[in-house]
Amino acid sequence: MPTPTRRERYEAAQRRRSLIIAGSSTVLVLAAIIVLVPMAPGWDKVKASFFNGDVLAQAMPRLLDAFMINVMIFAWSAPAIAVLGLLIALARDATSPALFPLRIFGAAFTDIFRGVPVILTVYLIGFGIPGLGLPRPWNSPYIWGSLALILTYSAYVAEIFRSGIDSVHHSQRAAARSLGLNERQVMRDVVLPQAVRNVVPSQMNMLIALQKDVSLLSFIGPVEVFRQAGVLKSLTANFTPYVGAALIFLAITIPATRYADYLMARQRKERS
Amino acid sequence: MPKLALRGVVKRFGDATVCDGIDLDVDTGQMVCLIGASGAGKSTLLRCINLLEPIDDGAIHLDGTDISEPGLDPQAVRARIGMVFQSFNLFPHMTALENALLAPRRVLGKSREEARPEVAALFDRFGLAHRMDTYPDQLSGGQQQRVAIVRALAMRPEVMLFDEITSALDPQLVGEVLDVLLALKDEGMTMVLATHEMGFARQAADKVCFLKDGKIIEEGPPETLFGAPEHPETRAFLARTLK
Amino acid sequence: MPRLAIPLVAFLFASSVAFADGHCAAGKTLTDGKLTIATGNPAYFPWVMDDAPESGKGFEAAVAYAVAAEMGFAADDVVWVRSSFDEAIQPGAKNFDMNMQQYSITPERDKVVDFSAPYYTAPMAVLVSPNLTDTPATMEALKDLKWGAAGATTAVQKLENVVQPEQDVLLYGDTADVNAAMSANQIDAALFDLPTALFLSAVMIEGSKVIGQFAADASDNPDQFGMLMEEGNPLKECVDAAITALDASGALAAIEAEWLQDTTGVPLIQ
Repeated sequence: MPTPTRRERYEAAQRRRSLIIAGSSTVLVLAAIIVLVPMAPGWDKVKASFFNGDVLAQAMPRLLDAFMINVMIFAWSAPAIAVLGLLIALARDATSPALFPLRIFGAAFTDIFRGVPVILTVYLIGFGIPGLGLPRPWNSPYIWGSLALILTYSAYVAEIFRSGIDSVHHSQRAAARSLGLNERQVMRDVVLPQAVRNVVPSQMNMLIALQKDVSLLSFIGPVEVFRQAGVLKSLTANFTPYVGAALIFLAITIPATRYADYLMARQRKERS
Repeated sequence: MPKLALRGVVKRFGDATVCDGIDLDVDTGQMVCLIGASGAGKSTLLRCINLLEPIDDGAIHLDGTDISEPGLDPQAVRARIGMVFQSFNLFPHMTALENALLAPRRVLGKSREEARPEVAALFDRFGLAHRMDTYPDQLSGGQQQRVAIVRALAMRPEVMLFDEITSALDPQLVGEVLDVLLALKDEGMTMVLATHEMGFARQAADKVCFLKDGKIIEEGPPETLFGAPEHPETRAFLARTLK
Repeated sequence: MPRLAIPLVAFLFASSVAFADGHCAAGKTLTDGKLTIATGNPAYFPWVMDDAPESGKGFEAAVAYAVAAEMGFAADDVVWVRSSFDEAIQPGAKNFDMNMQQYSITPERDKVVDFSAPYYTAPMAVLVSPNLTDTPATMEALKDLKWGAAGATTAVQKLENVVQPEQDVLLYGDTADVNAAMSANQIDAALFDLPTALFLSAVMIEGSKVIGQFAADASDNPDQFGMLMEEGNPLKECVDAAITALDASGALAAIEAEWLQDTTGVPLIQ
């Protein structure tokens, strides 16, 4: 084993020092939380109504059942959002004068659906359109609630795709055009593949947000995990089912968030 | 009839006139070098010839046909004129081979299998056969620029435009790219270069044009332009550059 | 001047008397001499008329003032606040002495909060959408319907345990959203306490109908409404005593007759 250089020895010492500082400050903060919070006068009551083990054990199987509804709605909404978001992005960047109405439509679409809170869109579309007198099963809250999510998220996803399209250097377009490719081919073969790859981490974050917002459909009927937790809460007069629902979300979103961060970091490294 | 003929070409960006009435003839098989300081209008002129920039006045003729006619299909023209850029501009999401196959497939409508033998031969000729399946970010700058040349040649262009293609390269990699140009010249390719490589221009060009402020100040065979420049601006530029 | 002064004096006298004799509620309320009662936001007909509980109009508003009087509070000493169910059950100090908004008394809830003696026994009733008013009031027929209910009510348990419908039940945040779903024909039927169901069919959803009520002696406990109080609230015995007294004297029945529709016309579900 080669003897470490003077610099390596110094850096190793620095690393040890930072580790000790980070470790001890973490322990201190945790200890403070564990010791101090239970000393608060209301802790016993809070513990009984938010962190009740019996209630949690009873609630968990039903919450997990209900969470499958979330997964289902997510599973059919996400691909639709990707497709519609891309179409809107392309419509907004269309240059041909014949497609001018499409540009206007794209701009209006993103303005409206980014401007209205998701829950309002869910309510208005989820109750409004079926109210027009559609027969079953076409008036299902699953269909129209999902559509509300798809419209809202497409508006955001479209903007991210646009920023991805902008991030492809114009010299790439020039190179493709100089080879004789037409605008459509330039977009499809050269710009879009790079644009999509550039925005994967940002789109991951949209997926995580969507995963959480699926719960908003509970307002128009579907008994997904948030509604199920609410039912159990009023049955037991205890908030622990909400904590259970939160734990289920975290079990999905924390790994997903870490993964998105990892993708971001990797992309930054590639670019630098 | 010259292969390529520019008549009074004017290009403006807002108030700035970047090309100011340029006349230029390029004969078949000729190599013409455009020299001049940065911002003299060399690159813009090349982009105008390839119709990447529409010109404001004047005309550009290819084989006697005015290709600068507004409303003309630029794709058909660009398919006949190849262009290579300073910054390579390879498509990073495709292998070297896929880069070169894209235009034959999309523009000429060939299948991958139809286009491949000819393109592979080009890679082979320029010593890149072993790099065909490599992505651009795994290639050296010289290799990338040679792939970019192969990509343009894959369309069998009648004229090639080179926009300072060695400026972004490390000095030891410049030679391998200039060798490619010499090989193309031997084959009789018609070429227009914007370049800072004065030694190369002097050695290889059939005609050299000195540009300043969007105008061709002086043109002639390299021995005359480098050996006995007539115009004081040319002398001043060469004195600065060759010092 | 005298006309104003007399009630004022009477009021001062009354309140001082109420607490001078060591009345049950003395010193046990949030604010000494005042009784703070929470209702919903908004509070609905027929429980509270026009969302104005201080008018004393509506069943729960009237009961509140009767109980307050029985406990020795003048009408002016009753203070109204608004709260949600979640605020009512969350740990920590409460901003009300008691909370009345059709809270069903259940053993699970009783572990966390205190309930007064019941002031109303509410049978559950079935409201069906306008195109299904012919549905017979039998369990058999009810199972086939597409059901909806407010998610925070005991109707959910009733549906699960008693009706056991074939299709998934859709649940909503409040009564208004259940209405919206029925208007959009997303659900066939909804389960409410009988007075609420009658109100909705008469006023909110045109053409809908209350086709039946569950017998109060159905297998599980009938829904009884109690006033909700913080767990261990010493006021509970006074409230219970007041309600028991009102029940015995027939005062409670009189209030019910005044504000709640006659429910005997709704058939029992077989």
